[in-house]
Amino acid sequence: MADLSREEVERIAALARLALTDAEADRAATELAAILGYVELLQSVDTEGVAPTQHVLSLATPVRDDAAVASIEPELAVANAPERSGTAFVVPKVIEGEEAG
Amino acid sequence: MTGPLGSIGELRAELDAGDVSSVELVERALARAAAVDDRLNAFLGLRVEGARADAARSDERRARGEVRSPLDGIPVAIKDNMVMQGEPTTCASRILEGFVSPYSSTLVEKLEAAGAVVIGRTNMDEFAMGSSTEHSIAGPTHNPWDLSRASGGSSGGSAAVVAAGIVPGAFGSDTGGSIRQPACFCGVVGMKPTYGRVSRWGLVAFASSLDQIGAFARSAAEVAVLLEAVSGHDPRDSTSAPEVVPAWSRGLDGDVSGLTLGLPREYAAVDGIDPAVSDRVGEAVAELERAGATVREVSLPHAHTAVATYYLIATAEASSNLARYDGVRYGRRVETGAGLTDMYLRSRSEGFGGEVKRRILLGTYVLSAGYYDAYYRKAQQVRTLLRQDFETAFQSCDALVTPTSPEVAFALGSRTEDPLRMYLSDVFTVSANLAGLPGISLPCGFAEDLPVGLQVLGPPLEEGRLLRIADAYQRRTDFHTLRPPEST
Repeated sequence: MADLSREEVERIAALARLALTDAEADRAATELAAILGYVELLQSVDTEGVAPTQHVLSLATPVRDDAAVASIEPELAVANAPERSGTAFVVPKVIEGEEAG
Repeated sequence: MTGPLGSIGELRAELDAGDVSSVELVERALARAAAVDDRLNAFLGLRVEGARADAARSDERRARGEVRSPLDGIPVAIKDNMVMQGEPTTCASRILEGFVSPYSSTLVEKLEAAGAVVIGRTNMDEFAMGSSTEHSIAGPTHNPWDLSRASGGSSGGSAAVVAAGIVPGAFGSDTGGSIRQPACFCGVVGMKPTYGRVSRWGLVAFASSLDQIGAFARSAAEVAVLLEAVSGHDPRDSTSAPEVVPAWSRGLDGDVSGLTLGLPREYAAVDGIDPAVSDRVGEAVAELERAGATVREVSLPHAHTAVATYYLIATAEASSNLARYDGVRYGRRVETGAGLTDMYLRSRSEGFGGEVKRRILLGTYVLSAGYYDAYYRKAQQVRTLLRQDFETAFQSCDALVTPTSPEVAFALGSRTEDPLRMYLSDVFTVSANLAGLPGISLPCGFAEDLPVGLQVLGPPLEEGRLLRIADAYQRRTDFHTLRPPEST
């Protein structure tokens, strides 16, 4: 893996919803390139026909009884919200050009 | 009095004899913390009033003859990624500053059911991402053996509070060595049980297929008591192991005759291993042979791929898990009126530290279109080969014995500029997480006056065997009874 371009780093950062400063993006390009260079060693491992491990326990997906149980109280669920309205979370305007509310 | 607290067994005997109350033990733990923690920086928060109230209730139970467990009234600490209702949880991150948990983790519920008293939340690398507890919003935890050295990570605070005798037991989480390596650096015992043994409900997720809660103490016998209290199936964690938890503490008879210990030949050739570490581990293996164990060489042919596989899988899962920090439901929000996407970008960019951002970026990259098969799927395939290596090795031995870390505690600040080098120091620990195996680290001597750790790995669900080996070693040696210099 060659160096990571600045554009590539910015594309990844946008996907991850991270805003990087120029200095951070430069540093990330160098560091990620070093790490990606290291993990290249996996390409030399023959994995033809090897099933991937998603999970170490070979369990069937457990299902619970179809019974109603109490969940967290709405008041408690929103207690940590940076902004709330009653028991609802408030977010900034999503659609441009419309008035909130 | 501000001296170190005794072992769980010693404190329990004092409680049973009526020589001390739980309230007094909590005051001693808090006084010890007050005396040493300005140098260690091992706590992110002390739970003073809550702990006093819990201890008073424990004393009342004891007076009525209703002692709940061997841990009733014993002060313990939890890593600050395990939630407790009404208490803060920060994961040592700015993004969770001010968060107060609306519910308790299964771990905390089980500790409460056992009567243990949680006195505080310990320092860690942010979101458990690191091997030194330097990536913390609160600054690093200093190693009690040498304050200029790292305590290890990511559960460095939990290892340090046990080493410094503030509490006899503490809990941490281990995703790639985050219990075993700090236990090694701080000269205490740390155990990561089999994946799924301890419920992850209420443990803040880092890499869900690797994360596992475990315990720290100064002896294997105490770790057995701590893990018995918190292990077991939990319907709220779909990856919880539906297995009976044996009475591990009752299987510790000092007998390792008949057990075969495997020495992975690939580990002897690891680059950068400190020769003094190899020597101490060799001496520990010889001690176990004198105790009756048989030793043989085994092979883990894919050992050289473990760190690369780990950092692809762990970062991929982390990038997904940490998407939840969006400034909407909890956590830090930074808003300038420029809309939702801008709020996400600013909240996350100002809330996460450098190492967390680095791992989110790497994880996002390896999961992104066009790279998924080459990186993530490839890593999952190699993970299968690593698991098969262990399955084969355990056909000819009962447990594997390795160094925990290739080196003793490094100087604070000496690794933070080179992330890849920091990652490579996890070479002996990450495989147990990839394969879901139990692993324990125990002190086996010193190099440069700093503790060296011996790691023992076993097949899934064989925690009892590892505890028996560690306990047998500790019956024949006294490294685990030594305290860090009184200057700390």
